[in-house]
Amino acid sequence: MIPELGHFALILALALSLVQAAVGLFGAQRAEARLMAAAPPLATGVLLATLAAFACLAWSYVVNDTTVANVVQNSHSAKPLLYKLSGTWGNHEGSMLLWVLILALCGGAVAAFGSNLPSALQSRVLAVLGLIAAAFLGFILATSNPFERMWPPPMDGQGLNPILQDPGLAFHPPLLYLGYVGFAVTYAFAVAALIEGRVDAAWGRWVRPWALAAWSFLTLGIALGSWWAYYELGWGGYWFWDPVENASLLPWLAGTALLHSAIVVEKREALKTWTVFLALLAFGMSLLGTFLVRSGVLTSVHAFANDPARGVVILCLLAVFIGGGFLLFAWRAASMVPAGVFVPLSREGALVLNNLLLCSIAAVVLVGTLYPMFADLLLSEKISVGPPFFNTATLPLAAPLIGAMAVGPMLPWKRARLAPALLRLWWVALAALAAFLLCLALEGWRLGPALGFAAALWLMAGAAADIAERLALFSRPRAAWGRAKGLPRAAWGAALGHAGLGVTVLGLAGMGLATDRLAALKPGEAVTLSSYEFRLESVRDVQGPNWTARRATLAVTRGGRPVTVLEPDRRSFPVARMTTTEAAIHTTWLSDLYVVLGEERDGAAILRLHHNPLAPWIWLGAAVMALGGGLSLSDRRTRVAAPAARLAAKAARA
Amino acid sequence: MNEVSTPPPRAGGSEDRRSALSVSPHPNPPPQSGGGRRRLLLLAPLGAAAAAGAGFYAMLRGLGTGSYDPRGVPSALIGKPPPDFALPPLDGAERPPLSAADLRAPGRPVLVNFFASWCVPCVIEHPQLMRLSREGVPLLGIAYKDKPEDSLGFLRRHGNPFAKLGVDQPGRVAIDWGLYGVPETYLIDKAGIIRWRWAGPITEDTMSAELQPLLRRYA
Repeated sequence: MIPELGHFALILALALSLVQAAVGLFGAQRAEARLMAAAPPLATGVLLATLAAFACLAWSYVVNDTTVANVVQNSHSAKPLLYKLSGTWGNHEGSMLLWVLILALCGGAVAAFGSNLPSALQSRVLAVLGLIAAAFLGFILATSNPFERMWPPPMDGQGLNPILQDPGLAFHPPLLYLGYVGFAVTYAFAVAALIEGRVDAAWGRWVRPWALAAWSFLTLGIALGSWWAYYELGWGGYWFWDPVENASLLPWLAGTALLHSAIVVEKREALKTWTVFLALLAFGMSLLGTFLVRSGVLTSVHAFANDPARGVVILCLLAVFIGGGFLLFAWRAASMVPAGVFVPLSREGALVLNNLLLCSIAAVVLVGTLYPMFADLLLSEKISVGPPFFNTATLPLAAPLIGAMAVGPMLPWKRARLAPALLRLWWVALAALAAFLLCLALEGWRLGPALGFAAALWLMAGAAADIAERLALFSRPRAAWGRAKGLPRAAWGAALGHAGLGVTVLGLAGMGLATDRLAALKPGEAVTLSSYEFRLESVRDVQGPNWTARRATLAVTRGGRPVTVLEPDRRSFPVARMTTTEAAIHTTWLSDLYVVLGEERDGAAILRLHHNPLAPWIWLGAAVMALGGGLSLSDRRTRVAAPAARLAAKAARA
Repeated sequence: MNEVSTPPPRAGGSEDRRSALSVSPHPNPPPQSGGGRRRLLLLAPLGAAAAAGAGFYAMLRGLGTGSYDPRGVPSALIGKPPPDFALPPLDGAERPPLSAADLRAPGRPVLVNFFASWCVPCVIEHPQLMRLSREGVPLLGIAYKDKPEDSLGFLRRHGNPFAKLGVDQPGRVAIDWGLYGVPETYLIDKAGIIRWRWAGPITEDTMSAELQPLLRRYA
């Protein structure tokens, strides 16, 4: 009964979203106030129906309803409750449902908080969101219905892929989807603006918080995924340039450019074409990721169960939304006339540079990701594009970007001179140089990590210099506290975001100095790795809720003093017939000690030991970036999306 | 006053020209002259997206017909003799053990198949192996990371198509071969050169589309 209710709720949501799209577009075109007023309640209706459907699926998972095919394929009664719940979205059908639920949430938010938008803009945005929701609901109902029944029901489910049974991964997809789908809202705003043929400051003021929120969630989602890969996959790495990782990085790069570009629209009414393009691009990249992961055109650890027929449907959706968006862009973008002067050397000029560099990095990543597929298709050549390409191709683009990140905020709007801005950064440059020399002195001739430390210091101190400059900390220190209280949170958020990237770069530079070794140890034997001594005490069997494991116990000492005891596992999941490694990690502010247990042979256990300096800072930096985004979002100016009087004037003119 | 903000290239291409265009925006471009080029630039994203879309469509078509296969992993060993190895026999299977010497100029094409009792696709491919063996194709088996008694049980249950059998319990030999996973099959021609590698189960389609023509070609 419950699954049928869920199925019905999905169909209801599809019908409502179709009406929402039609009413919104038609009402705005004909300027019919009553039709336009119907769009927000319809969006709320779609949200409620989708929520009901999702709740029904989650319920089927929690009670382990084995008459539902989706539950049978992805769940098992012996799983802990958290993973039963996360199993709801740990598969193709359920994750599509979550995707649509988040989209409906965004639509509901635009309906609830968008009453101060011009009503034509609001109904067009809601109409586009309704169209996207309808397309994906139709896709779910036609090709991937999560509520399909199965008769006769098997005794129990087949279990969730054991590597996915992890708290980090339970929350990784929802965060990523919040990011991807958040860009659906900026996309809807861009399409609405293209239909209207007008982009103004009020539009920028509305787009920026959505871009910011989506970007913050995406940052957290990517970081969580990278952290999970680090501790769960047991390879000791944090980023593999896997096609699916790249697919999440692409919208992030476009979104980063978008949220900076939207500032220029808001403050200077310039870069309109850029901003609209980036909004289309960010969502387009999100959809591209969906297509790559779910259609089976590439292989990856992340790829869902593949079905070319499904791929064709997703490709059609892509054609409609990306193709339609770019078609509108080619047709209407020329009409967007900027207001005011534009001089290359200014804050807005720096932001154009930022857009260019970020888009070039995105282009490099996109080419690297798609090239093997197209080479296979066109040249019948099997090649793989690996980290060496991505590292060498993105670094020369990332370096000027990092360089400009500290200088840009120092430049005034409209017209700037470079020399004063650089002069104010002299102590930042000194700090970066000191970090560079210190690293060389301590670690020998390791240019990469040394440059990384310099970049990290440049970013962090640059953010501090930005705040100090705004507070006039050096010129009028007494008034600084008063100015700090008056400084808008968006300024703090921006500095925090830039500093957060600095923290991440610090972690990356530290990982450049990582060391590891492989050792076969019998109980009682020991090895040393960068001044730590690892002694294997024992290897024994352990029983978990739905797994059995071999667990090694290692005592770690440094200079005779005990540091920690590490217990890496190798777990076997009998239901799924899979083994996973659970790395044991000892984290301090300065480094990670990381041990993976491999096979056992002749009474000796094969152990892989890693010493990863500053590794935790990679993900901590991402959290700081997201925090900066959140702080900026809480700014009064973004909450009060646009002054009512000004909007009223705009509406009157329209 | 006009803003020269150009969309960036989506997939490489003539990056430099466009970047140069946007990095140094002319503050006062003549109102008409840039119009055509600007319109073309505005069309560029659509063009790139359409080209990518056409490519994706071709890939999906290829996935259906088998002409595009992202899983078809090439092997570095193609065109080379197999690596040197010697494996112990599977006790109870009554088949001689397998070593690299058996693959040196075997005189006729042979297949080397890596399998395991714990591997579900191996069960799917097994009937095809049995058929090949009945047709007289020499099949040499390597039991990969499997307990000997389990391998033996597997062959008792589903039949034993192998002329020779080696046991690679630690998986060392598989590393030298560059094994992607089980099941995996290699075709070695009569001169002892690896000609073909198939990662994944041999299905009816694989038999008719790939394996039979290859066996004929190298016979």
